[in-house]
Amino acid sequence: MILLYLKLFWTFFQIGLFGFGGGYAMISMIQGEVVGRHHWMTNGEFTDIVAISQSTPGPIGINSATYVGYTSLINAGYAPVWGALGSLIATFAVVLPSLILMLAISRFFMKYKNHPAVEHTFMGLRPAVIGLLAAASLLLMNAENFSTPGQNPWQFFISVGLFLFAFIGQQVYKMNPILLLVLCGLSGLLLL
Amino acid sequence: MCPGSILYYIMWELFKTFFHIGLFTFGGGYAMIPLIEAKVVDEKKWIDREMLLDLIAIAQSCPGIFAVNISIFIGYRIKGTAGAVVGALATSLPSFIIILAIALFFQQFRENEYVDRFFRGLRPAVVALIAAPVFRMGVRAKITLRTIWIPMVSAVAIWMFGVSPVYVILIAGLAGYAYGQFIKE
Repeated sequence: MILLYLKLFWTFFQIGLFGFGGGYAMISMIQGEVVGRHHWMTNGEFTDIVAISQSTPGPIGINSATYVGYTSLINAGYAPVWGALGSLIATFAVVLPSLILMLAISRFFMKYKNHPAVEHTFMGLRPAVIGLLAAASLLLMNAENFSTPGQNPWQFFISVGLFLFAFIGQQVYKMNPILLLVLCGLSGLLLL
Repeated sequence: MCPGSILYYIMWELFKTFFHIGLFTFGGGYAMIPLIEAKVVDEKKWIDREMLLDLIAIAQSCPGIFAVNISIFIGYRIKGTAGAVVGALATSLPSFIIILAIALFFQQFRENEYVDRFFRGLRPAVVALIAAPVFRMGVRAKITLRTIWIPMVSAVAIWMFGVSPVYVILIAGLAGYAYGQFIKE
């Protein structure tokens, strides 16, 4: 069991250290390690975590570390208590590299942010980050989130309506984002 | 660190804020940005919008979980290393608790029809909340007619051509540096 904990820690530490490019890129890395290399769970069990992550809050990297840590111990025949400890170890391991790296970078940034070279670099970065945000929202305007007029016209038009409501509520009326999310979720419960 | 002391108060505020953000972030790290804007920039005034943009660039070009990277940076800015640890912990804790509870008790969570319908309504709102800051932040980044091509090219490269955002950040940073060093002088 100790060996499994050590392997979990090492695997998720590596994922935290080399996981570039956001949640979904990280997911394929985790899948490769957990399903392909270590056989801690089946592909089907792994797909469950992606589905659950989409309907629960929180970063997908944390969600999957917690889930894999638990399931790998259960699949190896241990009691749920040990599974919970596995969750804790995997989650801690995936966050640890970020903590070390980001601390070093934050320290550097706070110290040198007024240095001309750093200032110029960030002057180039800021407009590109706006582009990144725009791309993130464009990529999410897909059939999975909105459906399509052909596939399910009712869901599509309600979704577009909710999108506009949330956009205007946020942009024009500065409504609280959490309130908007809850309102749209409740509308979905009633209408979809 | 006793209750009532100023340090205790700041740490508790930091913890509450990021726990809240972690709890309501659906659909990936970018969904967290409007929440950070509302809580950390407008309400608590811990950082300004310009720094939030810098921070997104840093968090995106570092490995690891985007949302956690952002909370570490903000925590560090407020209260050093201890603040960074509190930020990371508070962002991870809600999803840790929820996923562990689901794994322990509700294996059938996903098949629940009501949960499914709630999320069908919620998803378009998540997309809207990510789209809205684009315009607000564009103003803060002082984008003019002369520089508007930069966000447009970046967005199209990622959206249509599948270029990794990490490369966009690298190129934009290097270009900004080179522009400042060699052309503006």
